[in-house]
Amino acid sequence: MIVTGKAFKYGDNVDTDVIIPARYLNSSDPEHLRQHCMEDIDKEFAATVSEGDILVAGKNFGCGSSREHAPVAIKASGISLVIAESFARIFFRNCINVGLAILECPEAAASIQKDDVIKADFDTGIIENVTRNEKYQSRPFPDFINGIIKCGGLVEYTKDRTGI
Amino acid sequence: MGMTITQKILADHAGVPEVKAGDLIEAKLDYVLGNDVTTPPAIKIFKEMGFDKVFDKERVCLIQDHFTPNKDIKSAELCKTMRCFAREQEVRHFYELGRHEMGIEHVILPDNGIVLPGDMVIGADSHTCTYGALGAFSTGVGSTDLACAMARGVTWFRVPEAIKVVLKGTFNKFVTGKDLILHIIGMIGVDGALYKSLEFEGEGLKSISMAGRLTICNMAIECGAKNAIFPFDEYTLRYIAKTNPARFSKSQYKIYTADEDAEYAQTIEIDLSDVPLTVALPSIPSNTCRAEDCKDLKIDQVVIGSCTNGRLEDIGAAAEILKGLKVHENVRCIIIPGSQKIYRYALEAGWLRIFDDAGCVISTPTCGPCLGGHMGVLAKGERCVSTTNRNFVGRMGDTGSEVILSGVPVAVASAVLGRVGTPDEL
Repeated sequence: MIVTGKAFKYGDNVDTDVIIPARYLNSSDPEHLRQHCMEDIDKEFAATVSEGDILVAGKNFGCGSSREHAPVAIKASGISLVIAESFARIFFRNCINVGLAILECPEAAASIQKDDVIKADFDTGIIENVTRNEKYQSRPFPDFINGIIKCGGLVEYTKDRTGI
Repeated sequence: MGMTITQKILADHAGVPEVKAGDLIEAKLDYVLGNDVTTPPAIKIFKEMGFDKVFDKERVCLIQDHFTPNKDIKSAELCKTMRCFAREQEVRHFYELGRHEMGIEHVILPDNGIVLPGDMVIGADSHTCTYGALGAFSTGVGSTDLACAMARGVTWFRVPEAIKVVLKGTFNKFVTGKDLILHIIGMIGVDGALYKSLEFEGEGLKSISMAGRLTICNMAIECGAKNAIFPFDEYTLRYIAKTNPARFSKSQYKIYTADEDAEYAQTIEIDLSDVPLTVALPSIPSNTCRAEDCKDLKIDQVVIGSCTNGRLEDIGAAAEILKGLKVHENVRCIIIPGSQKIYRYALEAGWLRIFDDAGCVISTPTCGPCLGGHMGVLAKGERCVSTTNRNFVGRMGDTGSEVILSGVPVAVASAVLGRVGTPDEL
């Protein structure tokens, strides 16, 4: 599976309180969450993000609360992939469960700048920076994890596998 | 090769004699927990996946505490969804607001004797790691994992490696478990224990009360840890003898100890007498500083409570320090006992009178202000000293507001002084 999009770039320790502030957790509707995604660190995000765009950040992305609303909000914004130097543990697990693609790649996280055009192949783990003509190698997920992401999350994957 | 305490609990619940760091296992769960923010999406997933019964109605805990008593119509709908599901499934550990068993999830699961040593618990709340204080394995997950765990009573884990924290010495006056965990987060950073366990040991344990241990484990997530755990000792024994005499007398709990040859990724040694009264300045819990070096910071609000510091010992310490004093004219001081039982105790012990005399707000148990929900949301430019667990941008209100994390003694002193302060100034 290959995705292409322009990059949004953030720093280290982006926490789930800024990804989706708790004041909006009175609903888990993806459309409601999308409208407020990232608003406490980037007021322009919701208005400027396009389908397929890629979010790039430093270390420990998604730290803090266990709210699954955070990856849901990012996914509902149209983000096709999050690249970070590292991910916080619960967020990492939640991303796979909701079918938000993520790749851990310190080199890509350091080199990619805002608005760079990025192309990534989930099967090989190769991330290509089209704007800067650079390539970075991340460790791809095994097939079953890519399968969950491709299906759109663990619920869809389970339904697909069990024929519900 | 030997195993850590965490690895032994994981191995036992996976039904295998041994695990090592990095192994992927499926483990049986003793308790599965959700709250009013994370359970409603889990219920939707539970139904969508075609499940109709929870795996064990005695072992599912659904606690309404985040936006309760409901702050708006949407949050009322969340609680209604949870309440209907709990009734339909006859979930034992669902309590209505105001009842004696009720309170903040991570205060009541240990205090009501639900979680015991050796138990394996997941919760759709990042602070589920609290129960390591009792020698249990507990960690936070999201709503999809909660849904599957409610249905099947199992979940998968990657076995973590551990950081050993060796404690010696004793705390100085007014220094608590909160100062120690802030101190550790300041030392290793907010991702210093990412994917790992924190395992505590050493003679210093003797000077950390059970309330202090619960606070320490509660905030392990703030340095990225998967879980934190204390060895079983006489403090654990006394605590569970009180919280669950029935299971205690029948020895329905299990003590795990680390092997002598267990491997650790890192060892940290801390002399408790070197731990100062510590605060975490905005906007990350690792931005720690000695409280005495921050005395020029004026404040607008103080919050004393939460799953981190709303326990009986915390509320009692607040009352003791505040007795006969007044909250500063420019400060709102909000006291939130962590459970209905603590509230009742505070009432009968005369603590509520002390708070009322001092000019505090006294709230029913709720997470409310900790996550900017209600009961103390901050305006732009306002600053709060809080005994809660996170000080991220906008955590307690406007993105232009600030949260300074502290233990109870510093929070009380700050409430009286109108700025960051220490109890010896009172």
